[in-house]
Amino acid sequence: MKTIQVLGLVLALIGLPSATFAQQSSGPLRIEITDGVIEPLPFAVPDFVAQTPAAQEFAQSISAVIASDLAATGLFREIPKDAHIARPTSFDSPVQYSDWKAINAQALIKGAVSAGADGKLVVKFRVFDVFADAQLGDGLQFGGSTGSWRRMAHKVADAVYSRITGEGGYFDSRVVFVSESGPKNSRLKRLAIMDYDGANVQFLTDSSSIVLAPRFSPTGDRVLYTSYETGFPRIYVLDVGTVKRRALDVQAEAMTFAPRFGPDGRTVVFSLSQGGNTDIYKMDIDGRDAQRLTSTPSIETAPSFSPDGARIVFESDRSGTQQLYVMGANGGEATRISFGKGRYGTPVWSPRGDLVAFTKQANGRFHIGVMRSDGSEERLLTASFLDEGPTWSPNGRVIMFTRETQGASGIPALYSVDISGRNLRRVPIDGGASDPAWSPLLK
Amino acid sequence: MTDAFPKPARNVTVPEFEPKTTMEKPMKIYSKAIILVAALALSACSGAGRFGPGGAGGIGGAGGSVSDPASPAYFQQTIGDRVLFPVDQATLTAEGRDLLTLQARWLMTNGDYSAIIEGHADEQGTRAYNLALGARRSNAVHEYLISQGVSPARLKTVTFGKERPIAICSVESCYSQNRRAVTVIAAGGTS
Repeated sequence: MKTIQVLGLVLALIGLPSATFAQQSSGPLRIEITDGVIEPLPFAVPDFVAQTPAAQEFAQSISAVIASDLAATGLFREIPKDAHIARPTSFDSPVQYSDWKAINAQALIKGAVSAGADGKLVVKFRVFDVFADAQLGDGLQFGGSTGSWRRMAHKVADAVYSRITGEGGYFDSRVVFVSESGPKNSRLKRLAIMDYDGANVQFLTDSSSIVLAPRFSPTGDRVLYTSYETGFPRIYVLDVGTVKRRALDVQAEAMTFAPRFGPDGRTVVFSLSQGGNTDIYKMDIDGRDAQRLTSTPSIETAPSFSPDGARIVFESDRSGTQQLYVMGANGGEATRISFGKGRYGTPVWSPRGDLVAFTKQANGRFHIGVMRSDGSEERLLTASFLDEGPTWSPNGRVIMFTRETQGASGIPALYSVDISGRNLRRVPIDGGASDPAWSPLLK
Repeated sequence: MTDAFPKPARNVTVPEFEPKTTMEKPMKIYSKAIILVAALALSACSGAGRFGPGGAGGIGGAGGSVSDPASPAYFQQTIGDRVLFPVDQATLTAEGRDLLTLQARWLMTNGDYSAIIEGHADEQGTRAYNLALGARRSNAVHEYLISQGVSPARLKTVTFGKERPIAICSVESCYSQNRRAVTVIAAGGTS
C-alpha cells in the first residue's frame, strides 16, 4: 500500500528589508464580514516573480490560484492583470503606490517563487495597503515540495484573507465526498477527496459497493463513512494517508450509518438500526465503550457533536415529523430546537459553536439553513428541488452541500454558499458528486 | 445567480497521492441470488436496471420458471415480491398484508429458500432519515412474515434508503413505486 507523502510545508517570516516595513495591524484595509451587503474589495496580484528558472512554471499558477481563492469568496474582486500599470520584476523593489492607486487596487499582493535543485519550492509574499502607502503585516514565506504548489498558494491566500478580514482562512483544506456516475437506479458511488476548490480529485474507494456520507476526523487524517461492502450498511474508518480501511467494530447483523467523529478524534457517534428502530450510539474508534444514547421507538439519526464535545445535535421524528434536538454527550433528556413549519434534518454544529446548519423541507422544496444552537434566528440560505447535507468550512463562514436536479437524468453536484446566503457557487467537479465533508485547515 | 468557481489557471499536479482502490469482492451475501438471477432477465417493472453493484436485488429478475410455483420467479412475478407504502409511512396497507400473507405461505411451502427484505424510500427526504425509514419498512414486512409463521432464521432485513430507486422520474407516479419493501428470495439459509 502506497503511503502519501506528508507535506512538509515550512512557514517562516521573511526578514524585513528595512525598518519602514513595521507591522501595521490596523488601518483602513479591512473587511468586516459580519456587515450586511458589502462591496468586494479590489485587489491586484501581479504574477509572482520567478527567482530561479525552475520556478518559472509555478510563478504564474500560484498567483492565479491566490486570485481565484480570494475572488471566489465574494468578498474580494480581482483587478485583471492587463489593467496593471506596474509589472514587478523584483520582490524587494519598492512599491510604486501611485501605479496601484490609479487602477483602484486597495490591496496589492506581491510575491516571489524559487525552486531549488532539490525539488523544493519556496513561496514568499507581502501584502500592501495601497491607499495607506504601507505594507500590511510582515512578509511570510512557505517552503514545500513542488507537488504542493497549490497548497502554498492556498496558504498565501489564507494569510491575506485573515489579515484583511480578521478571521481564519479556509483555502488550504480538502473535501471528501461521494463521486457518482451511472443511471439513477443503479448509481455507482465511490469515495473521493479533493482540494476545497475542486482541484486534485483522487479516489479513495472503488465503485463496487454503495458508499455514503464520509466525515473527516478533527485532524483530517481519517474518514468515517458508510459502505454496503457486506450487503448491509456498515460504518468503516479509512486512513486517508494509506487508504487502508476497517469496519467499525459494532455487533454483526446491525445496520449502522450516519457516523461522525467527536472533537477528541476518538469518539464516534452514529446511528444503529435494529428491529426497524434507529437510535443513536457512541463508541470508541477501537470499538470499546459502546453506549446507547437514545432509546425511543422513533427515528434518531444524523448526530453531530458541539465543538467542545459537551452536546450532540441530532434529528428525530419523535414529535411526528423530523425535527432537531440537542442532548448531552452522554444522552439523557433532549431539547427540541427547531420549530418552524416543515421538516428539519442533517444538523451540523459549526466549528465556532454558535450555529447549527441543517436541511429543511417545506412545501415540496429543500433548503439549507442555519440557526443558533438554541434554535433562534433561523435563516434559510438556499432553495431548490433537492438541497441537503451541509458541511462547514474550517472558519465557519461557508457551507458546502449537495444539490440534486430532478427527473430521470437528475444528477447531484456540490455547491457552496456563505452563511449570509450570498455567493452561491457550484464546485467544479467532473461527474456527479454528493455528501461533501470539509476538512479542518491543513497544517 | 450561480457562478462556477474560477478554474485554476493550470493544473500542474504532482501525483503525490495515489490511493489504492482494489478491494475484496463485496456482496458475498448475494452471491447465491446472483446465480439464480442470471437465468432470467425479466423484471416485474419495465425499464428496471440490472442487479446493480451494492445490492438491491429487488431490481433484477428472480430465478426459475414462472410456471413453476416453487420457483423464485413465480414468487416474484405471480405472487408479487413487493409492498408499497404511503409517504413517510412504514405501516402496512390492507393490500400489503394480503400480499404478505401469500408470500408467507410460499415461504412456508418452499422451506429451502431464505429471503432478504429490502426497505426503500423515495428521493423526497434526507439520506440518513431515508435509511432509517427503509429500515422501518423492511422490519414491518419482517414482522408480518414472522407473524404468519415464517422462521426468523430464514429472514434478514436491509435498508437502502433512497439509494436504489426502481423508477427514476421525480413525480409521484415514480415515488409511489420507490416507497417499497421487496422480499428477495435467496437459496439456502441466510446466516
